[in-house]
Amino acid sequence: MNIGKDLVAASATPLVLAILAEGDSYGYAIIRRVAELSGGELQWTDGMLYPVLHRLERFGYVEARWATAETGRRRRYYRITSEGTAHLAAQRRQWQVVDSALRGIWTGMRFAFA
Amino acid sequence: MTELTDALEAQITRWRTWLRRQPALRPEDVDELEGHLRDQIAALLEAGLAGDEAFLVAVKRMGRLDAVSREFAREHSDRLWKQLVAAPEEDAASGRAARREVPVVLGLAVAAALAIQLPQLFGHQFGEGGFYALNASLFVLPLLAGYFAWKRGLDRARCLGLAGAFAAAAVAVNLVPFEPGGHTELLAVLHLPIALWLVVGAAYVGGRWWGNVAGRMDFVRFSGELFIYFVLIALGGGVLTAFTIISFEAIGLDVEGSAQRLILPSGAAGAVIVGAWLVEAKQSVIENMAPVLTRVFTPLFAGLLLALLAAMVWTGRGVGVEREVLIAFDLLLAVVLGLLLYAVSARDPLAPPDLFDRILLVLVVSALVADGVALAAIATRISEFGFSPNRVAALGENLVLLVNLGWSAWLYARFVAGRGPFAAVERWQTAYLPVYAAWAALVVLGFPPLFGFA
Repeated sequence: MNIGKDLVAASATPLVLAILAEGDSYGYAIIRRVAELSGGELQWTDGMLYPVLHRLERFGYVEARWATAETGRRRRYYRITSEGTAHLAAQRRQWQVVDSALRGIWTGMRFAFA
Repeated sequence: MTELTDALEAQITRWRTWLRRQPALRPEDVDELEGHLRDQIAALLEAGLAGDEAFLVAVKRMGRLDAVSREFAREHSDRLWKQLVAAPEEDAASGRAARREVPVVLGLAVAAALAIQLPQLFGHQFGEGGFYALNASLFVLPLLAGYFAWKRGLDRARCLGLAGAFAAAAVAVNLVPFEPGGHTELLAVLHLPIALWLVVGAAYVGGRWWGNVAGRMDFVRFSGELFIYFVLIALGGGVLTAFTIISFEAIGLDVEGSAQRLILPSGAAGAVIVGAWLVEAKQSVIENMAPVLTRVFTPLFAGLLLALLAAMVWTGRGVGVEREVLIAFDLLLAVVLGLLLYAVSARDPLAPPDLFDRILLVLVVSALVADGVALAAIATRISEFGFSPNRVAALGENLVLLVNLGWSAWLYARFVAGRGPFAAVERWQTAYLPVYAAWAALVVLGFPPLFGFA
């Protein structure tokens, strides 16, 4: 399935923040986790994740640090901040409103997709 | 971790090199993206893909690099404005050198600012009497030369040579029994900095002055940029001084005199050193300003000169023979020479002649014609009224510039006609630099005895 560009962009922030809320992570692992969570349906262009991460860093939602991974390669690890957690909670409420509104209307028009 | 083949490493290096050229990406961003690419390749190799297949898939998943770098640019639009003060640190070694440089520069700037105040302790007032005017450059330029001697790692013999040149100049100008306020003293004031600038140039090129066309051209570029930076800093300094005077006046203290005595000379002295450092630091970071100004003003000056010549022919008016006219034409030639010099300094020597080269040639030739008319008028004046130091100095300057521009016009015409290399113009200009200094030194040291120190 091809998910629209705007929707991918809008969902990127809550997804990344939620994944970081599970634990510190780095770019490649975040991409893998997104694919895993969506069953491979949500395919990001890998390179586009990094500008998103940098924007979240500028807003103060995440912190970054360089560390050496067990493979011996240096990686940039991201950690969610308390502002990030608060922002994630706000995003979650917003998405729940959207989600429940859509659910309400999907159930009413279920026959249309049959 | 799986070892990658050389071919794969080479592909990754090429990919990385392309990213490094993107202005919105910092080296550490490139590291991060490269790490991602390597993780992806490793996973794909694990899954059984061949090396170049894995590379292709990983690169494809990364997305179009221009789109990614555009996204980075949107996020970090500030990075597209080259930050001069936070000069990029290419690697750790040059980063350390740059950090050591700041204290050296600040130390030299403070030293220059203090040195210029020293004579005030011994009763010499700034702006009064000849001492300051004569010696001002001797308080600043040796420190500037010292900065380059340090930066270029000059050996002891060359450092002593530079110091000797400055010391000789200092002794000479202070031993000459100038008649206070006389013409020869004023001429020495104007010409000493020109002569000493060549000594700074010798330090700038790391002591290798002879036959060093590229180094001399760099010094020309440096001089132009330093001038622009100095003017900018001076404007800021003017604002600072004005605020100092106004704000102290608000609380009833008149500091105008001391501000002019303290801030002005010290600020100017420090600004020379700081400006030089800025030019050094930013030479590879920001486009040079002097060539840009040259592009703007060359056609305008060419138009002005053509209009002047047309008006002379149309009205039949000759050039007046006042001394100011001669000086005005000296300045005109100096400006034209500056335009030529900075056009030459910024030009790709291998590019074929274009419209700008023709405009430049028109500018030089029309300047030569206008100057020829002025010189003819002035020759009669000198034969009527005899030689005075000012007239001879102005005439000599004119000849020095005329010879340069005349030969430049010839070389440039050959180049535009496709019969000579551009490098000849460059070689001529850099070879001529010592002539200015030699003439200036002659005015400083030779004129006073010639004209009885008047």
